[in-house]
Formats: sequence, structure tokens, C-alpha cells
Amino acid sequence: MGTKTHYDVIIIGGGVVGTAILRALSRLQLKIALLEKQVEIGWGTTKANSGIVHAGFHSTPGTWKAKLCVRGNAMFEQLSDELDVPFWQNGLMMVARTKEEEETLRHYYQQGLENKVTGMEMLDAEATHRLEPNLAPEISLALRAPSGGVVAPFELAMAQAENATANGAQVQTGLRVEDISHTGDEFVITTDDGNTWTSTYLVNSAGLFADEIAKICGLEIEPIIPRKGEEYLFDQSVSDLITHTIFPVPTPKSKGILVIPTAEGNLMIGPTALELPYKDDVTTTAEGLDEIFSFTQKLVPRLNRRDIIASFAGVRAGSPTGDFIFDSSHSGKAIHLRGIESPGLTAAPAIAEHVLKMLAKAGLPQKEKPDFNPRRPKVIRFKELSDAEKEQVIRENPLYAHVVCRCETITEGEIVDAIQRGARTVDGVKFRTRAGMGRCQGGFCTPHIVRILARELGVTPLEITKRGNDSQLLVAEAKEFLKGGKLHD
Amino acid sequence: MTKTRQTDVAIIGGGPAGLAAAIAARKAGAKHVTILERSHELGGILQQCIHNGFGLHRFQEELTGPEYAYRFIPEVQKDPGIELYLNTMVLDLSSQQEITAIHPDFGLVKLQARATVLAMGCRERTRGALSIPGTRPAGVFTAGTAQRFVNIDGYMPGKKVVILGSGDIGLIMARRFTLEGAKVEAVVEIMPYPAGLARNIAQCLEDFDIPLYLSSTVTTIHGKDRVEGVTISQVDDKWQPIPGTGRYISCDTLLLSVGLIPENELSQAANIPLDAKTGGAIVDENRETLIPGIFACGNVLHVHDLVDYVSEEAEIAGEAATRYALSKADADAKANERDKGRKAQQVVIKPGENVRYVLPQRLTPGAEADLFLRVTQPMEAITLYLDGVMLARKRQVRPSEMLKIRLRPNHWENLRQNRGDLDGKEISLTAALQPTQPTRLEPETVRGARP
Repeated sequence: MGTKTHYDVIIIGGGVVGTAILRALSRLQLKIALLEKQVEIGWGTTKANSGIVHAGFHSTPGTWKAKLCVRGNAMFEQLSDELDVPFWQNGLMMVARTKEEEETLRHYYQQGLENKVTGMEMLDAEATHRLEPNLAPEISLALRAPSGGVVAPFELAMAQAENATANGAQVQTGLRVEDISHTGDEFVITTDDGNTWTSTYLVNSAGLFADEIAKICGLEIEPIIPRKGEEYLFDQSVSDLITHTIFPVPTPKSKGILVIPTAEGNLMIGPTALELPYKDDVTTTAEGLDEIFSFTQKLVPRLNRRDIIASFAGVRAGSPTGDFIFDSSHSGKAIHLRGIESPGLTAAPAIAEHVLKMLAKAGLPQKEKPDFNPRRPKVIRFKELSDAEKEQVIRENPLYAHVVCRCETITEGEIVDAIQRGARTVDGVKFRTRAGMGRCQGGFCTPHIVRILARELGVTPLEITKRGNDSQLLVAEAKEFLKGGKLHD
Repeated sequence: MTKTRQTDVAIIGGGPAGLAAAIAARKAGAKHVTILERSHELGGILQQCIHNGFGLHRFQEELTGPEYAYRFIPEVQKDPGIELYLNTMVLDLSSQQEITAIHPDFGLVKLQARATVLAMGCRERTRGALSIPGTRPAGVFTAGTAQRFVNIDGYMPGKKVVILGSGDIGLIMARRFTLEGAKVEAVVEIMPYPAGLARNIAQCLEDFDIPLYLSSTVTTIHGKDRVEGVTISQVDDKWQPIPGTGRYISCDTLLLSVGLIPENELSQAANIPLDAKTGGAIVDENRETLIPGIFACGNVLHVHDLVDYVSEEAEIAGEAATRYALSKADADAKANERDKGRKAQQVVIKPGENVRYVLPQRLTPGAEADLFLRVTQPMEAITLYLDGVMLARKRQVRPSEMLKIRLRPNHWENLRQNRGDLDGKEISLTAALQPTQPTRLEPETVRGARP
């Protein structure tokens, strides 16, 4: 950095919560920045999030989770419209199979009423199966919440960051915070590139690592509980099996293993909930698959292992208290968000509102920008266009006639647009456009995406990575190993 | 709005199947043939197959993939009766043969065909389809993707390689990587026998001392950013990993050569019924699908091990599609009636014992046609029977090698003697172990052996 910019607020962590706060702050006449250690936004817990916009009947009345989840849910329609993010209000169903489970289900219904969840209904076996004919016949009662939905979590984080940037916020990826000190009137943040950043206010939204950042700020706190979850994704050919997101009756540790129709149109099953001492264990396991599969088959017997096209795992920030934790330090000038576990995605826009209130209390001036634009420019999703619109976009840019990912019908035009919006890696392109997410899982399109990335970024294909760091896809030019005349070492 | 163009025969895909079908269609008298190809060039996957071994049957020569393709490409290019749409992606095909495609200059292209030949090829099975546990680092590629990186783009995707699956592309890539100075540590195959051609096992593995582990699979992928190694384990006879047999192999790349899947999304869009075994359309001896006027050939129909057979099959489809297109030109109403009668009359062939699939799945009684089939496991000394009628004896058969058997008039005579009128009947093709062989299947012996 040449000249030092002093920021009003710096946010640490570019997940769905950090970017929601960034966007909320970008409405105001402030200088704000966000620091993210991953190469791209949304690559921590957000990337492997199930994408469920919860209704709010899961949370104990009076908790932050209950309040912010119901409030966040109500904000999603406008949010997804403004940011042009796929959001589908498919409704949630919690299902019971035994008398005991039916009792628990009624308890959740009451809890939902207390939390002011709208539109809930209890469905008997017949009504349940009329709505979801592929549910297991043993299911005898269901709690249906039509306000629940699904969103593409990574796209939401991206869109929030893009919209905030368009409104003047700064986003820095690939920078890890190493140290934070406070001089009395400003925070001095040192990043792993040796640079320092200064701000008057600080928001710690570092997710799994929020406990470590809080400790650097001098807080004595209980550690985050890393909780790993595996998820499995099905081919779109079986998407019609289920419409609602199907929940079992929960266990004390988690909401259980679910069947989720994703916002992108694939069915997904998961997650497991395994507490581990590691924050970076994103391996999938044969045991995890067996557990998820045998469990969800009891909900939807027609699920078939053969239709699985992808698997992944993520680690979420388990709360030591069971609720979201909002700590502050430095006379309220630093706010620490901890344990933003489920329903954190749903609550994100409401969490942002709450954080703004906390900052206001600590003295942050909150004057609206007169020219704030809440809308992100519409992203062209070629496949969804009408014939006339397709004709039109191809005429304007022939790159939209070149289908790079044939499973998902993603064009070169969309890929170039994603790179212009900030994609730097193959996964960055994949998560923005869905190129490589289909049934061939990048078999055909990966070489093309590598080539397009290299061309647009002005680097050689050897520098292109799957997801930053040392994840290069190519290791040498052809014939390179033969120089010196020796056949392998 | 986009104007709809007309064509006699539309061919979707300009790979080996599409090329041979186009030439055959013109020879059969089609006045206007249209090839729709998504790439900027013709030849399909052959363009990245720079190894030799193509064309032994058809040209009695050993050609490389591009050389084989160029036995067809110039003829297609110089023929004014063949209209070529390169860089053209077909987005939709209706059962009435309206084709919607996109092209960088023409925008949306609409085409109405009198007959259509599907020649879209196939894609590779992936890691997701196998659900291999472990991390998801860079360095896991399908063999065909790696082949493109090396042969077309000129980059090496790895230096120390393990290959899962002994399919032909994997074997070819084992040799290719070795010749490029990379080290192939192992080829791992879950079945107790190799999946690829015997000649590829010899020429690509044995000649380079690359170990092949049978009845084994990759049970974990290791590495955070890039592959650092894999664990391979032996499997039991139900293909389940045997605990305690795991062995770590250090590598930076895992190639997958675990099978090919016909790419039939367009066929499904046109509601063409598919065969669950082949993954391709159900066809008759003309390679006509159950939707009259739509034909299929090449790897979109069933996965071939030799391109020579693809060309042959495509010629059948291209010629038949032309006959259909020209007859359709006369009187549509009558043609529709004829179509129905024709389909109802056909015999349905089902794979029986020891046969994985047979193609075509439907035959017009009396048709002299080649049957193509794959067996379920390697066997020695078998006899092939079609509904009790002996067709052929084979000394040695393997699932990797497609069998071709000519159905002759005397076979049909024998079938009629057994079954009378054959119209609309269902008959099954079996590969039986020859009765002269000492056999475990003798019922008396089995019963007698039990305590």
C-alpha cells in the first residue's frame, strides 16, 4: 500500500456474515474495508453451507438465534432480489415417524408460534404425502413452514461483497491477520504481507477463527467448537423427488441430517455433525457417506447412491453457549461475533443490523449515503434466458455462444464476467457460474476454464490454481521433464 | 425471430461417428446434410488421441487419432451438399426433430430436419460418481482431461501419478505420462481383470514396467492444496475394501479411468427411450431409435473400444437416416403409418445369461445385421445362442472387447422353426459355456456334492 488509508471500520472475515455487515455499512458515509485470508470471498464455512433459509421454529424463544433468524428470514426476499441471488422459498418440513417424535414436533410448532414464525401448519400423514409423495410411508406427521427457503450461500456472500464494493467499500482477499494492537484511538492491524491497516472500529467476523482474533484483542473467551459436516450432491435428473427441505426431529447437537433441494436445483443430503479438534479437516469419509445415506434413505427411500455426483465437507463454528455470542472490547469499538452456527446464514442480514446498532452505541456516526445503490447489476445466466434474450446477448457478445460447461450450459461470456467480478481460480469460476458443478464435474470444461482464466488474468496456465495457495492444476510445460535427457528421477 | 432452416439429415456431433454418418448420408442420396459441431474443428475426441492403433480393421493401417479423422474430414469439407456448423452448441432437440442451437455469428439457430443422427459421443465417469473419501485437492483428473492438457494444451498436469481404473484412456495415459518423463506409480483396478484392451495392457503397462494392481481401489485421497498421495486397498468379491490392506502411495496426481457414459441429455430432451445397460438409445438394425426418424451411432449409442466399429455403425445410421428422410418427403401421413407398423413388427433382443448388453436391441425379422455385444466377465470357450439358435463359438471373451456376430438367413430360418411368427416377440441372447467343457453347472453333480 502506498499512502495509508485510515478506515472507519475494518471487518475481519469475508463469509456470509462479514460481507452482510460490509454491505450494511456501505450504505453509510464511512470508509470501510474487509480483510479475508482466503483467496476469495466465502471460502470458509460459507462455501460448504447447506444454503437453508430457516423459518425459525428450531430456536429456543428469547435467544439471539430465534430473534435474528425470524428477522433475517423476513429480509431474504428483498435481499435476494436486490442482489440477484438465487433464492427459492420451497418451504421446510420437519417430519415425525413415531408417537414420541410427534410429541417433539408439536413442541417445535409451539416454539415456532412463540418465535412468531408465520404460516406454519401441522400436516397429517395424508396431507404430508400429498405434498411430498416420495417421503417414507411411515411418516405420520409433519410441521410445515412455508417461509423457509434455500439460497446459494456462496453467491450471496459474493453478491454482498460486490454490492458493497460498488458502493465504495474495499475488499482485500488473500490476507491473513497476524496482529492487532490498539493505540488509544485506533486499531492497528498487521497482515501476513507485512502491511498494517488502521481503523477506528473493528468487527471480528472470522467465523471458525473468531476466538483466535478475540484473543489477539485481549479477550478471555471459551474456544469455538469446530463441527465438521459432510454433504453429498445428486444429479439434477433426480431433483423432482422432493420439493420441501426435509428435517428429521433434531438431536441436541444438530438439526440432524436433511434432504435439501438446493437453490441451484440439485438435491443435497447432509450434513453430519462431528465435533473435532481441527478447524481445517474437510475430508469426506466412507463412514460419513454411509451415515448420511442410510439416514436420509429412511426419509426418502427412493434416493439412490448411484445418482451422487459430488461430495464435500465443511467445518462450522460451534458456539460454546449454544447461542450466537456478541462480545465487545475496547469500549465497544471492537465487536466479536462468535459461534455463528446454524441459523447463521438466515440471520446474517439481521446480524448486520444488530452489529450496526452496537457500533452506533459505541459512537460510530451513521449517516446514509445519498447515492447508495442497493442493486447489484443482473448477472447473465444464459441457460435461464428466453430464445429472444439468448439471441440478443450473443449479438452483443459472441462469447455467450460458446458453451464451455456443457452439463450446466455455462458460456464463455459468463466465465469472463465472473473473472471481471473477481474470480481468480477455477473454483472461483465454478462457484460463481456453476461451470464444473454438473454431472461431469469439470471433465470437459476444466482445460477451457484454465485457458480463459490465464488469458483474462494475463498469466500462464501454470499459474492458475484450483483454489489459491499451492493448488496449481498444471505442474510443467510438456517436454519439461525430459530436458537433460533423463527419464524420470 | 430466428428463421428455421430445413435439412434432409441433421447430424449432431462432428466426431468420428458424425463424419462417417454424413458421408454415408450423401452417398445414399441426401441432398442436404447438416453437421452441428460444438468445437471449432471436426474430429471430436480423436484430435487429442495422438497415439497410434486406430484404423487396423478399416484401413489395415495403424493410424493416430487425428490421421484417422483426416481420412474423413477433407471429404466432408469439400462436399457442397454438407453444411458445416462449427462452434455450434445444440441446446435442444424435440421429438419432431426441431433443433435449437447457438452460434457466435448466427446467434440462435433453428433447424428442422427430416431425419436426425445423434453422434454426441460420451463423457468420463468422475470421482463424485465413485464418492472416493478424503480431501478435494487439485491434481485429481479424469484421464481424458489429462490427455487434453498434455496433447492439446501442452502442459503436464502432474509428475508422479496413480491411475485408478484400467480403462483404455487410462492405459494410454500411463504410457503418455511415462514418455513425458513423469513417473506412473501404479494402475489400480477394482475388478479381478483389466478393463482395457489386452494390447493396451501389453503396450502401455508391461512395456514400461508399470504395476497393475487388480482387485484393488483407491480408498482415500490425501493432500490439502494439491494431491500428496493416495491410499489403495484390496477389495473383496463384493468390491468392498478389505480392512488392514491399505497402502499409502505418494503421488501428486490421481487420474481416473473408470468408465465412459454416453452423453444423452439431448436424447432425453427428445424423449428417446434409453437402454439402462448401454446408457444409449434403444435402436434397431438401422440404428433408428424408438422415435422414428431419429438415429444414433458411435459412443452416444454405446461405448466402443475401437473407432473402426464407430465408423461402420455411423454409416449404417447415416444411410438409414437418408432413406427415412427421402421417403418422408413423399407423403407424411403415409410415412407415419408405415413407421408404426415397422416398429410393431420388430423382434426385441434381450441380453441373457453372461451377456451384459446387445446392440441393436430391436431387429426387423429377417434382417441381415451384425450384433454387437459385451459379456459380463472373462470366459473361455463359449457358445452364443439367440433364443436357442447357435450363432457362434468363441475361444476367449472379455468384457473389454466388444463382440461382433453376423446374423444370417439360416439363423432366421432356425428362429422361425423354433418360434413360428417372430413379429413383436422378445428373444434373448446368451453366452453359454460350451457343453464339452467340464462344468460346475451340471445340476446332478451339484446336488450330489452337497452333504
